[in-house]
Amino acid sequence: MNHRAVRAIYLFEMARTWRTLLQSIVSPVVSTSLYFVVFGAAIGSRISQVEGVSYGTFIVPGLIMLSVLTQSIANASFGIYFPKFTGTIYEILSAPISYFEIVLGYVGAAATKSIILGLIILATAGLFVPLHIQHPVWMLAFLVLTAVTFSLFGFIIGIWADGFEKLQMIPMLVVTPLTFLGGSFYSIDMLPPTWRAVAMLNPVVYLISGFRWSFYEIADVSMSVSVAMTTAFLLICLMVIWWIFRTGYRLKN
Amino acid sequence: MHSYFRAPLTRLPLPGGFQPPPTPTPPAIMFSIISVANLSKTYGSGFKALKNVNLDIKHGEIFALLGPNGAGKTTLISIICGIANPSEGKVLVGGENIQTSYRKARSLIGLVPQELHTDAFESVWATVSFSRGLFGKPKNPDHIEKVLKDLSLWDKKDSKIITLSGGMKRRVMIAKALSHEPQILFLDEPTAGVDVELRKGMWEVVRTLQQSGVTIILTTHYIEEAEEMADRIGIINKGEIVLVEDKATLMSKLGKKRLTLHLQGKVTSLPESLAHYQLDLCDNGATLVYDYDTKGERTGITSLLSDLRTAGIRFNDLDTTQSSLEDIFVDLVRTS
Repeated sequence: MNHRAVRAIYLFEMARTWRTLLQSIVSPVVSTSLYFVVFGAAIGSRISQVEGVSYGTFIVPGLIMLSVLTQSIANASFGIYFPKFTGTIYEILSAPISYFEIVLGYVGAAATKSIILGLIILATAGLFVPLHIQHPVWMLAFLVLTAVTFSLFGFIIGIWADGFEKLQMIPMLVVTPLTFLGGSFYSIDMLPPTWRAVAMLNPVVYLISGFRWSFYEIADVSMSVSVAMTTAFLLICLMVIWWIFRTGYRLKN
Repeated sequence: MHSYFRAPLTRLPLPGGFQPPPTPTPPAIMFSIISVANLSKTYGSGFKALKNVNLDIKHGEIFALLGPNGAGKTTLISIICGIANPSEGKVLVGGENIQTSYRKARSLIGLVPQELHTDAFESVWATVSFSRGLFGKPKNPDHIEKVLKDLSLWDKKDSKIITLSGGMKRRVMIAKALSHEPQILFLDEPTAGVDVELRKGMWEVVRTLQQSGVTIILTTHYIEEAEEMADRIGIINKGEIVLVEDKATLMSKLGKKRLTLHLQGKVTSLPESLAHYQLDLCDNGATLVYDYDTKGERTGITSLLSDLRTAGIRFNDLDTTQSSLEDIFVDLVRTS
């Protein structure tokens, strides 16, 4: 294990976060605060409780997941795409470092940033609504699992993208809609039966449901299904990355 | 052909920088530090960049790889360094297979690519230190300081790379490659777009590196660079190694010489008795030029001088010049 190389990549990526602090941390916090103002205070005040909690409180886990998902993908995809774009990837590829270590450095840094961001948003939410987390360990576990899984997914997008347009395409056209339709702002039970069945095909539903359960013990699907689905997506991402490195796809060909 | 002497390699001292030792001694050139066997590369588009390349680089030498654009120079380097996958064939670096034992193989190599790929917003110090970490070496600020000082980058250590000139960026790339004390340094077109003074400075750096035991492989478009620097020269064209030869042998084996005679008086035409020498009258008849092949058993110089005396043509001075590597290179590439 070339732990020094992993450390070098990890610290390099983390340093990029501090250099772009406004974009990395401040911007998501501001946009989440706006969600609270709009949905929590303005619209939420006209909505009665959802499954026993106030609407403002209900949307907190969904909002955190929304940011963690999008930021994990954005961080990891940009982290690996940028060296490809500038050409500095030559150094990573020529270094005595395994594929696993490369992924560990980049995905580790991207996931760390997302987790920090998720916790900052949680703290921000605490300023707007009263919060009580029923299962803090599960909450943290879900946060880490989601951050890692979607950082892996972002890494794949970063390898696949051969232009800035493609880099933005999947997050904008696929992930954001799935997140909005995944129950960030409502319970799946509120949907008519047909749409509820369609919603169950959305993997984000399972993430948000599990995460919300760790807060309020309210869930659209059972906790074990949520964990299983997230783990399955994690394994799929790992397999795709294994294939990328085995074939040299978009890296060595 | 592919013989490796692992034991001597393990005893090699690490360069530890590239200042020459107190009493520089010529490096012992004895074994292949890089061995390329039957290497081919076909890109996805079907383009064959390398065709069955066989090449051995000897420890401690400066090897120049010459070839026109698109000949396969960068592809060959990329495969050896792990940036591109080979389609067929085997490469050993320090006796280690670049695919099955990539950690050991790659840790011996420093690469300075052709393009100026840099992290624009990083400082010089940070980017060079990053490279050392990436190659698994423990922190060593003294070594980084020495590399930066030797490359005249010390006063720029805190500058962002984006603020540096092209020549400085090139030196930053060299510093990154040297940060982990490699035994082999690849310089892909190191002096492309670099002014004459800086180019000569880089040649000095390369020479001192060689004296410290580093094997250097450089590709270049500048024939004079290969002529100036290299111990051996390889010529690659259309993905095939056309020739590998000691520079001196190459020059003498393939070189032509030119004898220039500065005549006492101007000559308007040459007598019939000299026609078979195929002489050229230049400078309005003031100089006479005779091209001859050094490979031939007889150069014809003695009989030419004798025939000139008989014809009554006298000269004040004479000089001979060897044809340049460039002439040899152009000839070879054309015929291959």
